[in-house]
Amino acid sequence: MSQKELLKVENLKQYFPIKGGVFGRTINNVKAVDNISFTVYEGETVSIVGESGCGKSTTGRSILRLDEPTEGNVQFDGVDLLSLNKRKLRQKRKDLQIIFQDPYASLNPRQTVSQMLNEAMEIQNVVPKNERRKRIAELMELVGLQPYQADRFPHEFSGGQRQRIGIARALSVDPKLIIADEAVSALDVSIQAQILNLMKRFQRELNLTYLFISHDLGVVRHISDRIIVMYLGKIVEIGDKKSIFENVQHPYTKALLSAIPVPDPEKKKERIILKGDVPSPINPPTGCRFHTRCPFATDKCRKEEPVLRNLDYMEENHQVACHYVKQIHDGEHKQVY
Amino acid sequence: MQSESILKVKDLKTSFFDEGNEIKAVDGVTFDVPQGKTLGIVGESGSGKSISALSILQLIDEPGKIIGGEVIFKGKNLLENSDKEMRKIRGNQISMIFQEPMTSLNPTQTVGQQIREAYKTHQGIGKKEGNKKAIEMLKTVGIPSPERRIDQYPFELSGGMRQRVMIAMALACKPELLIADEPTTALDVTIQAQIIELIKELQKDLGMSVIMITHDLGVIAETCDYVAVMYGGKVVEYRDVITLFKDPKHPYTVGLLNSLPRHDIEQEELIPIKGTVPSPDEMPAGCRFASRCPFATEHCFVNLPELIDIEENGQIRCWIYTDEWDGDQEVKVYEPERTS
Repeated sequence: MSQKELLKVENLKQYFPIKGGVFGRTINNVKAVDNISFTVYEGETVSIVGESGCGKSTTGRSILRLDEPTEGNVQFDGVDLLSLNKRKLRQKRKDLQIIFQDPYASLNPRQTVSQMLNEAMEIQNVVPKNERRKRIAELMELVGLQPYQADRFPHEFSGGQRQRIGIARALSVDPKLIIADEAVSALDVSIQAQILNLMKRFQRELNLTYLFISHDLGVVRHISDRIIVMYLGKIVEIGDKKSIFENVQHPYTKALLSAIPVPDPEKKKERIILKGDVPSPINPPTGCRFHTRCPFATDKCRKEEPVLRNLDYMEENHQVACHYVKQIHDGEHKQVY
Repeated sequence: MQSESILKVKDLKTSFFDEGNEIKAVDGVTFDVPQGKTLGIVGESGSGKSISALSILQLIDEPGKIIGGEVIFKGKNLLENSDKEMRKIRGNQISMIFQEPMTSLNPTQTVGQQIREAYKTHQGIGKKEGNKKAIEMLKTVGIPSPERRIDQYPFELSGGMRQRVMIAMALACKPELLIADEPTTALDVTIQAQIIELIKELQKDLGMSVIMITHDLGVIAETCDYVAVMYGGKVVEYRDVITLFKDPKHPYTVGLLNSLPRHDIEQEELIPIKGTVPSPDEMPAGCRFASRCPFATEHCFVNLPELIDIEENGQIRCWIYTDEWDGDQEVKVYEPERTS
């Protein structure tokens, strides 16, 4: 893998104001994404995982400026995305495409597939007009559909086929980076496997880079090179796939992994059942945001916010935000509940 | 088949009628729920698993209609019951919980009112006594400070809490059979783990039988004793859970397991099932899975295989396992070494 930095996110914050009171002033903020930094290298797949409300989708949307970030810095291929004006940004979006979760809601029901793909190519001006027809046929075959189906409307396709169309649309402008926001979550497993294989093939053949946002750790293990784990707007752990799955460090990631049902009835495993629910991101817990549910939390966790750090026994790229990660690893810090 | 079955579903058929077209959602479903055990029903969207469950309780609305079969609960065919008799059974002897607790709870009633209703309807218990019992029930399902929660409305609760309230309602009258239709699908995994644990504990305490409907093979493996795999409105494989995962026989079951990305092991590649579920008018007349099956012969497309016994408590609907198989005699649907 080349180590060229394609996407660099620094100190990204995305606060959504809550208006209220007589004058409609901002009375508080939903801190959906709160100061996160990471880098995506060319040709790799980085996944962001976490439960609802952790800020994974918001991160994807902020990078594309579908929601204007509150603060931070997003560099894409050497260009500062946040400083671009509307026209320049639109041009830049040629290189950054997004595929959404719901293949029913993200396609215009009044456009045929061919019109949709044509429009994308027209806006980004990637293929000359007289060659577009041919390109559309190529794209259809590429994603496993018949070229004649391009004249059909979205409602004539099944869920899996619609997701293929979403991918065809993203690919139509020759992007460098695709942000896949729960792109396979709505699909049945047999279809999901088809789409995952398709995406992996494109990555090899077209040298694509993926930022893959998902709650499904099975899917993430299958597709990723590196993994970012988020909890309540913060990154709690980041590392290579292998080290995350085989040398997991953060108590939250451990609980998350142990909570997933294993499709093997004979495999006995220890399950960490977390108490309670995810707290509200409006007034997130002080210190470590996970302390309200963490079996290891102490007073220090309630007061001081941990920073991401690497310790000598971990892989080089592996970082964890936990005060007691070393002590837990060495068995010196015991569970409180 | 087990001698002790709390529920036997035999050749159940439920269709939806749309402008003269008949869509066979459930097309001759047969399965047993052994007493005190959990039966899992697994299948993808449109396989008929939810409609089967709704048919058991006769919760099918127009334009749907149960058109045949038997649902034998403790020796009596529920399909012969009147509406009034069914009302006495629902929420009392057989309860159901649903996927989306927000839409299945009444938003205009407090949690307490909704749980009390079950006691009032089935046991004639008044408000004061009902409240006491409701608080007790909320405690059972692990809701903290139930005395306060009982006066709250569903919107004041989180998703996991709402699911707990729904379970409290369903279990209020200590049913003998609980039907759980994708009870954890809308929940985050850490909350899912809590709810699964809760259902298992309550089942042990109350000695209930459970039907667990899900698309998630992980949930099946962790909660069920027996599994019915459904495809195209039919049961294609019925096995005990250990055997199903160790030695799946139906090409569809094998396909499902091969396409599942797993978090607990490293997989080189996924082997998807080709194509998609055919629309009702394109459904093969023979084996429903024929159009996606890698082994299908002409015989499979035309002739429907029966659900045959292959072992004690194990059945399969596939021509490969019959004497009439006219395809490759050497066909191996499943090679265990490949997935371990």
